[in-house]
Amino acid sequence: MGRYIIRRVLWCFAMLLIVSAAVFFIFYVLPSADPAVLRAGRNAGPQQIAAIRHSLGLDKPIWQQYLIYVRQVFLHFDFGYSYQYNVPVRQLIFSRLPATIWLTVGAVIIWLAIGLSVGILSAVKRRSILDRTSMTTSLAFISAPVFWLGLVALYLFANDIGQFPILPGQGSYASASTVFQKAASMSLPWCVLAAATSAVYARYMRASMIDTLSEDYIRTARAKGVPERTVIRRHAVRSAITPIVTLLGLDIGILLAGNAILTETVFNIPGVGRLLYNAINVSDLTTIQGITLFGAFFIVFFNLIVDIAYAYLDPRVRYS
Amino acid sequence: MSTPLLQVEDLRVRFSTDDGIVHAVDGISYTVDTGQTLGIVGESGSGKTVSSLTTLGLTRAKNTTIEGRILFEGRDLVTLSDDELRKIRGNEIAMIFQDPLSSLHPFYKVGAQLSEAVLTHRSVGKSAARARSVELLELVGIPDPQKRVDQFPHEFSGGMRQRVMIAMALANEPKLLIADEPTTALDVTVQAQILGLLEDLQRRLGMAIIVITHDLGVVAEITDHIAVMYAGRIVERAPTEAIFGSPQHPYTWGLLRSIPRLDTPRDEELVPISGRPPSLIQRPSGCHFHPRCPYVREAHKRIDPRLEPVTGDPGHFAACLLETDVRSRIWRALQAGEDPASLRHLVVEDQQPMRAHATHRLASQEEL
Repeated sequence: MGRYIIRRVLWCFAMLLIVSAAVFFIFYVLPSADPAVLRAGRNAGPQQIAAIRHSLGLDKPIWQQYLIYVRQVFLHFDFGYSYQYNVPVRQLIFSRLPATIWLTVGAVIIWLAIGLSVGILSAVKRRSILDRTSMTTSLAFISAPVFWLGLVALYLFANDIGQFPILPGQGSYASASTVFQKAASMSLPWCVLAAATSAVYARYMRASMIDTLSEDYIRTARAKGVPERTVIRRHAVRSAITPIVTLLGLDIGILLAGNAILTETVFNIPGVGRLLYNAINVSDLTTIQGITLFGAFFIVFFNLIVDIAYAYLDPRVRYS
Repeated sequence: MSTPLLQVEDLRVRFSTDDGIVHAVDGISYTVDTGQTLGIVGESGSGKTVSSLTTLGLTRAKNTTIEGRILFEGRDLVTLSDDELRKIRGNEIAMIFQDPLSSLHPFYKVGAQLSEAVLTHRSVGKSAARARSVELLELVGIPDPQKRVDQFPHEFSGGMRQRVMIAMALANEPKLLIADEPTTALDVTVQAQILGLLEDLQRRLGMAIIVITHDLGVVAEITDHIAVMYAGRIVERAPTEAIFGSPQHPYTWGLLRSIPRLDTPRDEELVPISGRPPSLIQRPSGCHFHPRCPYVREAHKRIDPRLEPVTGDPGHFAACLLETDVRSRIWRALQAGEDPASLRHLVVEDQQPMRAHATHRLASQEEL
C-alpha cells in the first residue's frame, strides 16, 4: 500500500513537470503577445521594453528560461508578478482561493446529496413514474447552460432584483462577513452550480446502480435472505459508488482550478475563476499561466486522492 | 407416504416482455424428500434455473406471473409474503450458483460474507458469527480457515470460491440446498471434488439437494432421481438408473448420446442434438420437441403430449407420443450404434386413428 502511494505521488510530480513544460511552451515560445510590451504599458519606448525584457530574463536562450521558470515554480513556488496588479500571482491566487473553495465545497455537498439519492432511487424504482420524472428533469438541467440558469435564479430569487426576493443576490459574497452570511450569499450559486452536476451524477449513479443490481453477487445476497434494503445499501451502493469517486475527484479538481468561471462571473464572486476571466480580458499572461499551473496541480492532486481512495474502496486494486 | 420436503405442483412462471410473453416454466411437478438428491437437467433456456429461483421467490417481479404450488414442509411458498419468504431463503432453503467468481462480493472479506449469512437469520454476536464462519470453511475443506476467513474472494481459486459459496449456503443448516450448475465454471478435476463434497455434506447433514445442470454426466453419480426439462416442461422423470438404463424420451436420448464416455471406442463420435432450443415466446405447436425430433410423426405436430407413466415401469414418466414398445426398440438400436435417421422406418405413420392422448391426465400427484 505504501509503495503504491509513493509510486502515485512520483507519477504526479512527473505529470506536473510535463504540464509546466506545456504551459511554458504555450506562453513563452508561442506568445500571443510580447510579455515585455504588455508589462511595459502603453507609453513605453524601445529602451524601456528592452530593459524589461532583460529584467524578465526574456533575452536568454529558451532552455535557460525554462530552467529558471521551473526552478522558480517548483523550488520557490513563485509564479511571477501579475502584469495587471503588479503583485505576486501566488498571492493573487491565494487571496481568491477561499471564495472558490467555499463555492466548490457547498456545491459538491448539494450535488452529491441530490445526485446520488435520486440516482439510487431511480435505479431501485426503475421504470416507475419517479424514475421517468427525475430522469427527464435531469436531462433538462444538463441541457440548461450555467450562465442562463444563474440569471434565471437571480431573476427569480435574488433579494435585489428577484420576483421572490428571498436569497442574497449578485455580489453579496464580497460584503458578507460572518460564516452564516457567507453561506447565505452562496446559496444561489451553490444551487446553480450543483444543478447540472447533480443531474449528471443522478444519471451516472442510476446507470451504475442498474449495472450493479444485475450482478451475480447481488443475487447471492438476496438468496442469503438479506433484507432488500440491506442488499441495496451494503451490497449494491457500495459497488455502484466506486466509479462516481473518479468523477467526483476530477470535478472537484476542475472547479478549484478556476472552472467555476461562469458561476463566479454571473454571481460576481471574487474567486479564481473570476480572476482568470479578468486576466484573460487584459492578457495578463503571468496570471493566466499561474492559474493554469495551479489548476493542473489541483487536477493532478485530486486524481492522486482518487487513486488512493480506490485502493481503499476496491481491495482488488490494493493487491495488484 | 409422509409428505415430501418439497413438492412442486403444476408450477408455471411467465414473464411479460416487450417481445411477448415468455413461458419460462410451463406446468412442472416434482418432489424432493429429505436426504434425497434430484437432478434437473436441460439446456439453457429450458426453465430449470427459473423454476428454482421461483422456489426462493427470486423471480418475483411486476412482470412475472407465478401459478401453481410450491409446498415446502406443507407451506405454499408461492403465497407467502416477500418477508416470510426471505426468512426461509438462506435459512431453510439455500442456493449456490454457477459462477463462483462473480457470485461473491468483490469488496468484502469472505468472513464478512459468511457472517452476514449467519447474522441474517440468527441473533448471535459478531464473534460467534465469525467463529461459525471459520467452522464452515473447515467443513467445506478449505485449509487454514483461520487465515482464509480474512481474505478477499479474489485471493481464492475458482474451486475454493465455490467451496466458499457452499459454506455460505450451509451457514444455517438448510433442509434443502439448490445447486445451480455448481461445477460448470470449474476445471474438470475440481468439478469432481465439488460434487464429492456435496455428496459428503449431504451424508453428514442429511439435507435434500436439487442439482441443476445441462450435463447428465454431472448428475449421474450423485442424484437419486432425474427430471429432464425441455422448453419449460419436464419431458422425462425417473430414478437415475432408469434414465440411464431405459430412457424414454428422444430428447433424453440426445442428451445421453452427447456425453463423452470412457467405455466406448475412442473414435465413436459424440452426437449433438440437432437444431436450436425453441423460443419460449412462440413455442412450437404440438410436441414442443417435434422440430428437433428425428422420430416425429405428422400427428406429433398437432398433439401436445402429457407426462404420463411408462407402461411396466412405475416411477418412470415420459411425455412422448411414441408407443412404449417403439421407444424401447429405438433406444436399443441407438445403443447398438444405429444412426437416428436410419430408424425412421420404426415410426412410419400408421393409419390407426389417433389415440386419446389429449385426454390423458397429468400424473402430477405421483411420487417420483
